[in-house]
Parts: sequence; structure tokens; C-alpha cells
Amino acid sequence: MSETRYDRLDAATPMIECRGVHKHYGDYHALRGIDLTIRAGEFFSLLGPSGCGKTTLLRTIAGFEDISDGAILIDEKRMDEVPANKRPTNMVFQSYAIFPHLTVAQNVAFGLRRDPRGKAEKAALVEDALAMVGLRGYGNRAAHALSGGQRQRVALARALILKPKVLLLDEPLSALDRKMREQMQVELIKLQRQVGITFVLVTHDQEEALVMSDRIAVMFEGEIAQLDGPEALYARPANRRVADFIGVMNFLPARILGEKDGIVTAEAPGLGVVDLPARQVSRANPDDDGPTIGFRPETMTLVGPNQTHSQPRETNATIDEVVYYGDMTYYDLRLDGAAAMDGKARPVRISMRNVFGRDVQDVGTRTRLAWSPGSLVLFR
Amino acid sequence: MAKGLDAQARQGYALIAPPFLYALLILAAPLLTILTYSFLTDGYLEVVRDFTLANYVQVWTDPIVRTVMMRSLTVSALVTLVTVLLAFPVAYYVSFMVRPEKKATWLFLITIPFWTSYLIRVFLWKVILGYNGVINSSLTGLGIIDEPLTFILYNVNSIVITLAHAYAPFAILPIFVALEKIDRSLLEAGRDLGESRAMTFWRVTLPLAMPGVLAAVLIVFIPTIGDYVTPELIGGGKIPMIANLIQVQMLALDNRPLGSALAVTAMAIVALVSVVFLFINRRFLKVRL
Repeated sequence: MSETRYDRLDAATPMIECRGVHKHYGDYHALRGIDLTIRAGEFFSLLGPSGCGKTTLLRTIAGFEDISDGAILIDEKRMDEVPANKRPTNMVFQSYAIFPHLTVAQNVAFGLRRDPRGKAEKAALVEDALAMVGLRGYGNRAAHALSGGQRQRVALARALILKPKVLLLDEPLSALDRKMREQMQVELIKLQRQVGITFVLVTHDQEEALVMSDRIAVMFEGEIAQLDGPEALYARPANRRVADFIGVMNFLPARILGEKDGIVTAEAPGLGVVDLPARQVSRANPDDDGPTIGFRPETMTLVGPNQTHSQPRETNATIDEVVYYGDMTYYDLRLDGAAAMDGKARPVRISMRNVFGRDVQDVGTRTRLAWSPGSLVLFR
Repeated sequence: MAKGLDAQARQGYALIAPPFLYALLILAAPLLTILTYSFLTDGYLEVVRDFTLANYVQVWTDPIVRTVMMRSLTVSALVTLVTVLLAFPVAYYVSFMVRPEKKATWLFLITIPFWTSYLIRVFLWKVILGYNGVINSSLTGLGIIDEPLTFILYNVNSIVITLAHAYAPFAILPIFVALEKIDRSLLEAGRDLGESRAMTFWRVTLPLAMPGVLAAVLIVFIPTIGDYVTPELIGGGKIPMIANLIQVQMLALDNRPLGSALAVTAMAIVALVSVVFLFINRRFLKVRL
């Protein structure tokens, strides 16, 4: 895989280090030994379903929650005894937490009270911060007169004006509509590159995490299941659970036939026998009932009767269901021989881009599926 | 559409008509009577229908009226100050420290004083504060004082103590409601932006609680000005407030025009003070949470 932006970040300067961080709420074990290093200047995401501990972890970094065990270091200083108001972090809250009794400018200037600079200088700083988030001239507006997207921008300006070492973002886009969210994603990325501050984002939206992050920590039940860049996370998920959480993945039960020189030979119903190098083999969840082969919907291609293709493998299949999305069509297919193992029907989902000249296929059509063993992942 | 709105409006009017008529009967009609009386002439045991401003001239020039009015304003202001200052920590405690499922119990406890009659509570304060009352006999019994304390009964202090206790729930509840409405993440934001807990309270919690505090001030201030029972019983009748003066004119001396002029004047002063107070604090009322 090509060098990512993360690889170019200075590996010698960790910004946040979590060492064996535990958090208990009474009997509830919210964080179960988090070990994590976030580099300076990184756009880092904590991704997971609700209740996985991602927000708790963010709040322990911000200092709103104490940790039960372990240590958190920010810029190589232990934060154990440092209260939230003394930490070099600032937060964008999920509800934005814009002060309703203050104007936009007063909100943005809130953290500057102890700044020794003069009034005029501070006003200029506020105007710069507002301009940076695209709200130039909004200073005198009342906070309650703002839209959701504008509140979000005020919250960003209010945090960034203090030039924190780390900006923490707690599901900042979840309250916005889809269009606005996509626009803000791009703006946040640009902003982060521009200011160079380490961003830590909490989200349950895997797409958002993939779009924005240099690296992503996927969390389940208070533990980090996988920490990787977006491409690695998507292409080589560490286990079935991560694979299932990030995007769509088809799973077929597999049989391991042998292993030689790091290459695993496996067989899956409908796909036949494949040789998979070590990088395509992942450790499965302990609770899994057996080895599984997975593949993403877009890695296989429907091929028409007279079409040719350059993929090494081909499987015959029947179309069970067609879901048309405009730019994409999803097909649910039955692979020939998929039920051979135990008689269970195992539909797989394939996505095709609706490019010019390619017709949408009908339900019940017999078709060919072209694919490559290189796109498979074996969980064992 | 317009027709639908009309029907809805009619329904609304029908709904408020009975209480509106009732209010008209028991509030507006007596008020108008008082207002009319205040411009009529006193004819000993009857009201003579001659228009005059003499009542107002007398009210506004009489030094006794001025003294009593000033005392009423001072006592009310003191009571309001004491009540709100004591109510705020209670409201804050219930809103911020008490677990959500226990809040209803706490509010219930706060309303317990209402279970007994106002009159009985005032009497009880007399028993507590009196010359041979609970406080004095305890303190003398313990040998802490030789002579009973005299500054706690039949004076302004005792009136303030009694009224502040009587009106405490009225002050606690609006402040509690205002505190409850504050989004807790605003307080975290205050801390996150570098402020200590105390400064966050000063810059975030207090301004956002102000609508409740203002409501509490008015709810305590307006009725205490006209309080009649407490000065009569706790003050021993020696330190009358404006309501006692009105009572004397209206009933004891049977000078209803002068009593009415006193009442209208007191009402006007209370209204003026309230409006000025709200005007000074208007910026706190614009906040929408």
C-alpha cells in the first residue's frame, strides 16, 4: 500500500498516549485497558457502536472523567492531576454547547478572558477565527439565531482560537443533515491541515471515519479491536466484527485445507479452492464458530453472457434481488454450489456502478461473477 | 384555512372565558371601586360622591405615610434579598447535586411549610422568637445569655425572619426551574475553555439562572410589601407596614377614600419598582435556552 499522510507525520512526537487506561462506573467496566498513541498533527478517529466507550475515552482525555487505572499523557506530560480547565485540549461538544446568553463573538472570545492581550487585539483574533470557519461578520448575532451548521462552526472557532495542542470532537456532525454533514467533513479536513492541530474525532459513522481520518481506532465494549489507517481497516479488517462494522462484507464458511510457506489454502462453497497469502489472513473473533472467507460487494463483477473479463476466477450465480440506488445497483446473488456444504442458502451482495452502457440486470437472471482471490480475506 | 383558524380561535376564547369573567369579577371590579373611591370625598361613615384629589395630596404629604411606605419597601427589599440568597443554594443543590430520581422528593419536602396555614406559621415564629420563646429560654437555660434577647421580636428583624421563611418555597421553585433548563454541557464547555468551577458558575450558570432569580425576586417582593399579618403579630402592631395603615383607614377609621388612595399609591409604587427592576435586568430575559 502507498505511503499515507500518517506515515509522513513525525513518529517521534506522540501527542496523546493512553497506557492501560481503565474506567469503571460501579460494576460497569467502560474502558478495558486502552493502549493508544496518537501522533502530533494526526487526524485520529475513535469509531464504534454506541456504548463502546469511545466517548468515555474522549472525555477522559479532556479531563471530564477520571480514569480508574492507567495513565494518560498529553504532550509527554501526565494528566492525572490536571483538571479539565488546565489541559491543553479543547472540545467541540455533540450539542455544540454554545452559550445562549452570549453573542457569537462573545462565545468565541470566552476562553480569552485571561489572555493578556488588549481588547482590540482580541477582537481581531475573534474576527480571524470566525473568518477561518466561514462566519466572517457574524460576531454580533445572538447565539440562538444560528442554524445547526453555524453553531458547529462557532464551536470550532471558540476552541481553535485558543490554539490547543489537541482538538477533541464528540460526534460533531451527527446533528447535521446529510448534505451539510458531507460539506463539513471536507471543511474539517481542510481546517485540520491548515492549523496542524491534532484532531481526535469520536463517531459511530464508519463512512465519516474513513473519509476524514489518518488513522482509526475501532472500539467494541471498551476495547480497541483494531487500529489502522482507513484503507487497511477496510481492506484487511482484523476480525469479522470489524469487517461487519466497516462497510458491507459478505461472509462464507471456509475450510482450511493446508498451510505452506505462510500461504493458507482454503475452500469456500461457491468460490472453490483459493491460496491466500498471510496478509489476507486475519485472526477471527474468539466467539466465531469457524473459519470464514469474506469479500466486499465491489470486489466482484457481474459479467454479461458475451462479455470478456481479465479476472482470474469466475463463478456462476443467480440474481435473487436487485436494489437500484441511482449511481449504484446492489444485487443479491446465489452462488452456484454455495449451499453444497450444508444446504443453507448463502446470498451474497455485489455492487455495480451504473456506468453508461451497462444495463441493470433482472431478478432471476443467470449470470457470471468475475473475481480475484486477492480481494478475499480469511478469518480463522 | 382561515375558517379553521377562526374555529380554533373561538375554541380558545371559549376556554378562557370562564376564568376571564371570574377574574373580571373579583379583580377588576374591586380595583375599579378602589380607584373610584380614592377620588371621592370622605363624609364620615359614608363616601360622598364629590370628586377630589385631597386624598392623594394627604397621602403624598403625610410624613407618617412616607415613613410607613419606606419601611414597607425596606422590609420587602430585605426579605427579598434574604429569601433569594438563601433559596439559591437550595435550588442549586436540588438541581445539581441531587440524583434525578430523588428530585421530586426534594421538591415535595420544600413545599411542606405550605401544609399548615400561614397564620399558624406566623404564630409559631412568635413562639420561637418571643421574650420567653424557644430561642430565649434555650439560650438562658444553657447559660449563654443572662437576659432574653430583645432584638428578635417586635421589630423589623423578626418580620424579615418570618417573611423570608414563609416565602422561601416561592423563591426556590423558579430558580430551580431555571437551573434545570441549563444544558450541562455548557458547564463543561466553560471548564473546557479554561475557567475554574467558580468562574464557570459566575460566567455561565448564574447568567443563565437569572430569569429564575428575577422571577423569584418579583414573586417575593410584590406580596411582602402588602403583607398584613406578620407586622401585626410579629411586629406587635408597633411597626406597621403599608397594609396595616390601609386597614386602619379602611376599617378602624372608616375613611375609605383615604384608604383607597393609600392602596392605589402603594400599588403604583410596587408596579414602578417592579418595572424599573425588570428594565435594569432586561438583558437576562432575552436568553432563549
